[in-house]
Amino acid sequence: MSNSQLTEGICANRLSPDALAQNFTDIAPSLTAHEAQVAADRCYFCHDAPCQTACPTDIDIPLFIRQIATQTPDAAGMTIFDSNILGGMCARVCPTENLCEGACVRMKAEGKPVEIGRLQRFATDGVMARQDHPYTRAAATGRTVSVIGAGPAGLACAHRLAMKGHSVTIYDARPKAGGLNEFGIASYKAVEGFAAAEVAWLMQIGGIKMVENWQLGRAGDGDLSDILAQSDAVFLGMGLSGVNALRLKGEDKDNIIPATNFIAQLRQASDLAALPIGRDVVVIGGGMTAVDAAVQAKLLGALNVTIVYRRGRDAMPASAHEQEIALSRGVRIIEHAAPKAIIGNGAVRHIEFCYTKNGPDGLEMTDATFRLPADQCFTAIGQTLGDMPEIVIVKGGKIITDGAGRTSMARVWAGGDCTHAGDDLTVTAVAQGRDAAEDIHLFLAKG
Amino acid sequence: MADLTSNFLGIKSPNPFWLASAPPTDKEYNVRRAFEAGWGGVVWKTLGAEGPPVVNVNGPRYGVVYGADRRVLGLNNIELITDRPLEVNLQEMTSVKRDYPDRALIASIMVPCEEEAWKAILPRVEETRADGIELNFGCPHGMAERGMGSAVGQVPEYIEMVTRWCKHYTRMPVIVKLTPNITDIRAPAQAAKRGGADAVSLINTINSITSVDLDNFAPQPTIDGKGSHGGYCGPAVKPIALNMVAEIARDPATAGLPISGIGGVTTWRDAAEFLALGASNVQVCTAAMTYGFKIVQEMISGLSDYMDKKGFTSVDQISGRAVPNTTDWQYLNLNYVTKAQINEDDCIKCGRCYAACEDTSHQAIAVSSDRVYSVKDEECVACNLCVDVCPVDCISMRELALGEVDQRTGTPVAGYGNWTSHPNNPSSQAAQ
Repeated sequence: MSNSQLTEGICANRLSPDALAQNFTDIAPSLTAHEAQVAADRCYFCHDAPCQTACPTDIDIPLFIRQIATQTPDAAGMTIFDSNILGGMCARVCPTENLCEGACVRMKAEGKPVEIGRLQRFATDGVMARQDHPYTRAAATGRTVSVIGAGPAGLACAHRLAMKGHSVTIYDARPKAGGLNEFGIASYKAVEGFAAAEVAWLMQIGGIKMVENWQLGRAGDGDLSDILAQSDAVFLGMGLSGVNALRLKGEDKDNIIPATNFIAQLRQASDLAALPIGRDVVVIGGGMTAVDAAVQAKLLGALNVTIVYRRGRDAMPASAHEQEIALSRGVRIIEHAAPKAIIGNGAVRHIEFCYTKNGPDGLEMTDATFRLPADQCFTAIGQTLGDMPEIVIVKGGKIITDGAGRTSMARVWAGGDCTHAGDDLTVTAVAQGRDAAEDIHLFLAKG
Repeated sequence: MADLTSNFLGIKSPNPFWLASAPPTDKEYNVRRAFEAGWGGVVWKTLGAEGPPVVNVNGPRYGVVYGADRRVLGLNNIELITDRPLEVNLQEMTSVKRDYPDRALIASIMVPCEEEAWKAILPRVEETRADGIELNFGCPHGMAERGMGSAVGQVPEYIEMVTRWCKHYTRMPVIVKLTPNITDIRAPAQAAKRGGADAVSLINTINSITSVDLDNFAPQPTIDGKGSHGGYCGPAVKPIALNMVAEIARDPATAGLPISGIGGVTTWRDAAEFLALGASNVQVCTAAMTYGFKIVQEMISGLSDYMDKKGFTSVDQISGRAVPNTTDWQYLNLNYVTKAQINEDDCIKCGRCYAACEDTSHQAIAVSSDRVYSVKDEECVACNLCVDVCPVDCISMRELALGEVDQRTGTPVAGYGNWTSHPNNPSSQAAQ
């Protein structure tokens, strides 16, 4: 291993395998039984609890914490899974400081919430570590539902439908199920192949068939009408497969890639040391994807990693907690700056930014500029829906649904990030998948 | 720093905090460490008669009841009196008293209910130069099966008889330790006084089973698959102890009889409460067993701080101060009206007051869509449950002024009036 953090350009092996293993270890390991007991004892068992109201999947948080406090963690796990079958992943990736923990009444009391996320992980890990699947499938109904997309929305929908006895086929364009959980979040949030293990655990319900490498509308695979012809109902949960462009000259230069691609590549890498990373890395954007890409670039051994966001830090979609993770790992955050030009001969070498300011009509560019050296540039400025069958009404790039997840088209439901109701959160996608499944079930029961 | 000097039956100690007769005071090593830590006195672990000492179980001796974060709220024990030879204990007591002449050293004694047994042991205890004796009529487990401990304490005639023997055979002050495992604590206290006791100490432990092993279906602590009832102590028993102390303090038959307060004293505040209800000093056990001897330092500084703030210059000034305000229900002012009020600024919106009131009380708390909780004066009976369950103490009780209309009853607050003269009281009406 001759490379180091100082090695110029893009190269592998910047850090030793030991250092990499250390860097990519579980960022928030499971609580021990004692830690869980102490944490659970802090819960006040609030009436109409604000934490539960803040949870998109409406998990009965006071109840599951009381179940932990009374030494029945498996019962706690079931309380969670009853509302959110992906409760294990949500415990790892939810921005709890903006959701349940942000609403915890102890925030006002002491500025320190009950550790709901970690308690949820404690309870769900325990149930998932058992060999059995805790739910049983109802008698087969003979009805079939196709689910497009094996991400959080599709998985939650499929599990709920399968539990009610329907036959479900999930189609996913990638070679592996899991969607964002498998390809789109920082590795240290779901270590040891948790996303795949969760899919396998969930599939144990039975009645779900997984079809991988199948993309809606792709020649040879099939389109929506094909799927509708062979199913009683369809759920669209394919997420956002496209990415927004910088719309800058030179954007096509080498080593400017979507942050989502970098994250997916890293998540699927069998050997992190072999993964090349630049010495100077620039990430453009301010969401969780930007942070996940930047932090992981740093952890791979990049010397300088800079997130550049066009607005102020307070406006960043990434939570304050996520920003803290980035800063604590040595990522620099430059706020109020927008890319102006990409400089390089063939491959990117520098990126020129101009500072921005808030004006009466929104963000204004100023004349003040600066350049950052960049061996690599990861763009994380939003994702877009891929090609959609025209028969489903799309507005503003997202599928329109009603409260129950119904699209404009009969027998077609949708949920998660591909819809207007999505908000880039695993937990919201799970809620929509689950609720659509309930509505589909009602629909099938009538028919 | 207030003067905490205590004079109990002429027994002087630098503070009113004594260690109760219990495992912490079983031997010289512990007692010396206790005195070094600052304890004002020690009641030595109960001595038995000459001869082969009792034996203890060799499995767990204690069971526990926890609060949040495994905080010890109650402890139960099945340990018997000292299991070391009488002679060893007496030698060690002599040695300790010689080295700590300013501290109180009391011998706790439990021998068979026979005059000869007491007559035999008392002179030997006197030789140690102990300051007094405490008659253990309290332990509810083990020894009671042999006719001692609470088996004596539950029969006032025995208490009186043994107390009289002791007063006859020794010049040392006699403290009678009472068991709470009776229906009316005043009867044994009166018996002790009739027998000539210089003081009573209470409470001893309460008969209890702390928990059941739900795998093996046996009470805990479990000894080879079986469990037995034991004596319960610790913070959980304090309310029971306070009531019993107050009962004796305000009973005309025993008023003025010095009391050593025991039962769940954990902080200086607990101690002050026992004093206020009539105790002259306190004895501590579970708190020391939970946290070690050092806790006495907080008790000393806390009581001193409190006395300084209140302007008390001696512990005696606290002693009994709440007794005149301890009365029977029938004398409580039924025309006194308060209403709960919630401090919205301090409220953290947990809603526990609402759940408690709505589900189990008088539906007197309203909640708005943005979780602002308020009291419905027209429903509030001032039960205090909301105050009790509030985790941040943001609810208080507002006293209605004389003449102010109670929104619940529609009547103005009247002057003092109790049940004895209330129109709904049949006795009251009969008297008219």
